[in-house]
Amino acid sequence: MTTDSALKVRGLWKIFGPKAERLIGTPDAALSRKDLQAKSGHVIGVRDVSFDVAPGEVFVVMGLSGSGKSTLVRLLTRLIEPTAGSVHLDGIDLTGMDENALREVRRRKVSMVFQHFGLLPHRKVIDNVGFGLEVRGEGKTARRVRAQDMIDLVGLSGYEQNFPDQLSGGMQQRVGLARALAGDPAVLMFDEPFSALDPLIRRDMQKEVIRLHHEVGKTMVFITHDLDEALKLGDRILIMRDGEIVQIGPPDEIIAAPADDYVKDFVADVNKSHVLTLRWVMRPPDSPDEGVGAPTLPQSTIVREAARTVLAHQGVVRVVDADDKFVGVVDDEDILRVVVAEQDA
Amino acid sequence: MTSHSQRSDGPRRQSDGNAPEASRDGQAGQAGARVRFVRRGRAEDAPPLRDDPAPRWQPALLILLLWFLVWMATKGSDTLALQGRDQTGIMHALNDFRDSMLRGRDTNPVMRLSGTIADGFRGLVAWLQRLISIPAAPRPVPEIGWLGVTVVATWIGYAVANWRIALLVLGTFVSYGAFGYWSDSMDLLIIVGISVLVCVLIGVPLGILAGTSRRANAVIEPVLDLLQTMPTFVYLLPIVLFFGIGSASAVVATVLYAAPPLIRIAAHGIRSVPPTMLEVGQSLGQTRAQQLRKIQIPMAKRTIIVGLNQTTMAALSMATIASFVDGPGLGKPVLAGLRINDVGTALIPGLLIVATAIMLDRATTAASERADVIARGGGLPARVHRGILLGGAVVTLGALYLSRLMFWAAQFTDHGWGRRLAEVTDHAVDSATAAMSPITSGIKDGISYAFLNPLQDFIAESPWWLAFAGIAALAFVLGGWRALAPAVVCLAGMRALGEWHNAMITLAMTLVATVMCMALAVVIGVAMARRGSVDLAIRPILDAGQTIPAFVYLVPVLALFGPSRFTGIVAALAYAAPVSIKLVADGVKGVSATTMEAARASGASRMQQIRLVQLPMARSALVLATNQGLLFVLAMAVIAGMVGAGALGYEVVLGSSRSEEWGKGAAAGMTIVLLGILLDRIARRAAGPAPEGTRWFPVLRRRGH
Amino acid sequence: MKVTTTRPLGALAAVAAVALVATACGGGDIKKAEASNSAASSSAAGKKCATINMAVNPWVSYEASAYVVGEVAKTKLGCQVNYKELKEDVSWQGFGTGEVDVVIEDWGHPDLEKKFMKDKGGDGSAIAGGPNGNKGIIHWYVPPWLATEHPDILDYQNLNKYADQFKTSESGGKGQFLGSDPSYVQFDEAIISNLKLNFKVVFSGGEAASLEAFKKAEANKEWLIGYFWEPQYLFADVPLKAVKLPPFTAGCQDDPAKVACDYPDTILQKVFSSKWAGQADDAGVALMKKFQWDNEDQNVVAKYIAVDKMKPEDAAKKWIDANPDKVNAWLS
Repeated sequence: MTTDSALKVRGLWKIFGPKAERLIGTPDAALSRKDLQAKSGHVIGVRDVSFDVAPGEVFVVMGLSGSGKSTLVRLLTRLIEPTAGSVHLDGIDLTGMDENALREVRRRKVSMVFQHFGLLPHRKVIDNVGFGLEVRGEGKTARRVRAQDMIDLVGLSGYEQNFPDQLSGGMQQRVGLARALAGDPAVLMFDEPFSALDPLIRRDMQKEVIRLHHEVGKTMVFITHDLDEALKLGDRILIMRDGEIVQIGPPDEIIAAPADDYVKDFVADVNKSHVLTLRWVMRPPDSPDEGVGAPTLPQSTIVREAARTVLAHQGVVRVVDADDKFVGVVDDEDILRVVVAEQDA
Repeated sequence: MTSHSQRSDGPRRQSDGNAPEASRDGQAGQAGARVRFVRRGRAEDAPPLRDDPAPRWQPALLILLLWFLVWMATKGSDTLALQGRDQTGIMHALNDFRDSMLRGRDTNPVMRLSGTIADGFRGLVAWLQRLISIPAAPRPVPEIGWLGVTVVATWIGYAVANWRIALLVLGTFVSYGAFGYWSDSMDLLIIVGISVLVCVLIGVPLGILAGTSRRANAVIEPVLDLLQTMPTFVYLLPIVLFFGIGSASAVVATVLYAAPPLIRIAAHGIRSVPPTMLEVGQSLGQTRAQQLRKIQIPMAKRTIIVGLNQTTMAALSMATIASFVDGPGLGKPVLAGLRINDVGTALIPGLLIVATAIMLDRATTAASERADVIARGGGLPARVHRGILLGGAVVTLGALYLSRLMFWAAQFTDHGWGRRLAEVTDHAVDSATAAMSPITSGIKDGISYAFLNPLQDFIAESPWWLAFAGIAALAFVLGGWRALAPAVVCLAGMRALGEWHNAMITLAMTLVATVMCMALAVVIGVAMARRGSVDLAIRPILDAGQTIPAFVYLVPVLALFGPSRFTGIVAALAYAAPVSIKLVADGVKGVSATTMEAARASGASRMQQIRLVQLPMARSALVLATNQGLLFVLAMAVIAGMVGAGALGYEVVLGSSRSEEWGKGAAAGMTIVLLGILLDRIARRAAGPAPEGTRWFPVLRRRGH
Repeated sequence: MKVTTTRPLGALAAVAAVALVATACGGGDIKKAEASNSAASSSAAGKKCATINMAVNPWVSYEASAYVVGEVAKTKLGCQVNYKELKEDVSWQGFGTGEVDVVIEDWGHPDLEKKFMKDKGGDGSAIAGGPNGNKGIIHWYVPPWLATEHPDILDYQNLNKYADQFKTSESGGKGQFLGSDPSYVQFDEAIISNLKLNFKVVFSGGEAASLEAFKKAEANKEWLIGYFWEPQYLFADVPLKAVKLPPFTAGCQDDPAKVACDYPDTILQKVFSSKWAGQADDAGVALMKKFQWDNEDQNVVAKYIAVDKMKPEDAAKKWIDANPDKVNAWLS
């Protein structure tokens, strides 16, 4: 995993303040955010973060405001200079790079979608989409063609000649998406891209991201403060608090096995049946033969989807893992416990 | 800011260009005012909020009392009054400096450089003059006659804006000729045109530099401050030394006066580009140059164009003043009218200047808006537009051809309308002033004896050390350390320059004039804010008052009040009050409708609404209006010197007209600058931080924009 | 933006170019005038005429002289004349830079002469041009009504008696003495203090203001005393009366701080730029050197300008047409 990960982050720190570098490795660095600020005026943005993102994975970083998630995403492309640690993108070390090399990476390997869209108001949609290509010096015709493709891809055909302020918020963010895709980057970064949108439009856009992910299969790093969004989109989720990692794991694991009370609190109101998989509700079989003849479901089946089968069947249902190995059983009660607990809450 | 025409509409215009900082400041001021008001309403003795631990007027009063007591015992001694033609060492030194510069005209590198620049400008102006304004020998007329110039200008008006602007341009150009000032008008446009071009060439890069580099800004900002607190007449003196009289000095003075707003506003525009936009560019891997070219400049473009508009207006007013150093243009006939004491003669070119200002303002604004409209697919269908342009081009061609061949198309036939109108005006003004002068002398004597003389006695007859200490102490009490430091530096400078006594007299006049200015501003401004009809009636008068050159109304004012300090004050008021009135009117108008509704609902009478709600909530506007009023009044000190107000202004006039007094004039000029900085800093600190860009420029207001 | 502005401007340039080229070949009345102009300037008795930069100092009688001689140069000799409205000092500085060629009425500036005239020790950029025929008279004046009602006021020794009457809000408890434009030659502050007069000088700022003040004083019978001068067209309407000061003696004005005497009558002078005046065979130079007229002539033209509100060019033309013999004397 480590060698061919799309993104490899090791020991990443960001401390804001005049002598930040000197703090790394001293006992002070271990102080809490509040204490450190009181003591030296330094503010910890990101503390000792390490993780890997696999190619094609959707990796969600989630946290409340002030948790350091926006800082983290900027550290990944050095829009903010890290205080310590390393970032490898596609196997290349970004942290040691000079300006020019870094610029080249930004032009070709990674692009970003911004919270407030960041569209240039003086450019038409098509020129906004082609902006990155223009920056890296591609000819006008080539970038127009590519930009048009991207506009078609995000479903904005017909709006090429409009100015951003003539579009709705959702459409503007589609332009932002198209711009990020236009450069055909290896990794896409999303900085809370939908938080400024209405809930309904936000749902559309989330679907759009899922669709695009299926179509183009890019590695995505997605920042959000919305747990539902994180659960819906993320292959894995990183939960941050005060600049530190609290937990990393797939959605069902986060829900079923919160790392601490903070996360537990966080996930308390989530529709568990929409997220939990059978893995988390099944019990080990009493015997290898238990429930022979009953329907079989993979352990990655989401509870809600499994409910019909389980409830329709009298007795237990067999659960198998990815290798078709019999790993456990669930019955009506297991399912109802999840669903009913939800309705109580 | 000082001179001829700042306008209060600046802030509104600036925020067009997306100005988060400015608006944040504004809101903070408003919020502060609101809180303060609420507190005061609850308990009279509640402690003032924010950084006001104790009322500042109490120690101030104490200082004044102490000052008064010492004054009683010492008045009249050590006042440093200069007798007649006395000069101090520093003045002699300045004279010697001037002489050595003049002697070194052909050897001194600075003088040679300025000489070369001056020759360049003179040549360019002369070439353009022969093209459209004066006979290009051996032709008895300019290369292009009035018909050609007018039609070309109209066509450009249509091409860059719309047909309404084209009509405006046509009307203005025809009136230049019809009133008999064709040549002077063309000269004015030439000077303004060249100056604005130079302003753009220098100002936009400097503005961008100041907007992108903190360090460059730290250098540029104080220079702009200095240029903008310096009354225009003050820098005419050194400019003439380096660039000689005539068109070169006119261009240089105009550029110095008109470039700062462009630099400031351009820098502001660059700085106001949201950081997200820069991040977007960075995330796409753009270079600094690309960032500048593709994001910062395009996004700041609208703001920069606002700056360009303000610069054009400023250039127009300065180019008019430049007639004092033989700058060509409409200022010359105005001055000539002043010389023969003829309001009529001065008024018509004055009105043509106003017309020019309106034309340039509307045209540049419309042109910048048009670009947007077209980009968004508005306006006439492209083919129709092109057709009209082409047709216009053919007509233009014909007009140019005719104006080269035929006298009637080259030279405006003078029907004497201008002269007749001038005579009528002159008669009307003469009889009006004759009828009113008993009343006006009464007003003059009243104010002079009641306020001006006692205040002047108090300030100027104090020994210099007493006034020095008193002013410094007041600065400290009102504005803290950050006001004390500049105050002491300025006072020490004034003391060293040797014009102390005159400076104190000018200070007394300035204070009286500012108080009168604010009284007018509050009364008229509130009336304007409360009644739309009053606003509609008064605003055009204010606009004209700001554009018309000050020396046009000097003649009738002089006839009414005679040569006196009060005449100087009235001239200063005519110049400063419009700005302050507009600021107050806009500030009061900005009080939210909900708050006013609440006040009415709780049964506040009209006076209570004004006194308890509108004025306190418009506090930041009042502060700004006072600060502007102070600087504007001071800017008129030199003009006041020409109408018998004496003091520093007189010394500057003297220095510019008698060579042996040049050093004295220069010292007086610098003293005015120091006095301006002194007052500005104290006022700013006393009122808390002033909003960005305390000098705003002439913008003729358009409704419904 | 590109489509809407750049293209029209480009087109405009093309149009202008076409028009200018087209007129190169064509008739029209301007062409004829141009042809005759070039013919005239080349044939004017073999005499050329360089451009004349004429300073116009800020008082009307000066303006009268400048425009009369200027219009003669223009219309009779075909010279190009540029009028430049300048104060006295600035005009003198212009000699060196070539911006000014002629000052037609100089009231005496020893300090400037020292700086710019070679024989006085200056840089040699200016050269004396001889008297212009006008006589300058400066005195302290009072309005006629005052002289009639209080005849003794015309002696300076009685002035203190009336000082209180002259008091104004501006004069700080003393009598007000009205000075004029700061650029004029004035010693009033010194005279007042040296003669122990209880007066304070308040400067009107300029000719117009002084004039207005005296006119108003006569009309409203106000008390006024001040600096004034002849030739001045005001005297036709309001014959101001001079106050007698200790008579002028040679040298009594040498030290500006010790002056205690009246102003001398001044033979007004012409001053030229030496470079310009040094051109041999120049018709304009010859005219300027010859020009002379008297106070009466000047007052006529000054009145055309100031009272009849004629443009200076028109006023000059009217006088030129009415006085062909005087004009011809300058041209011969």
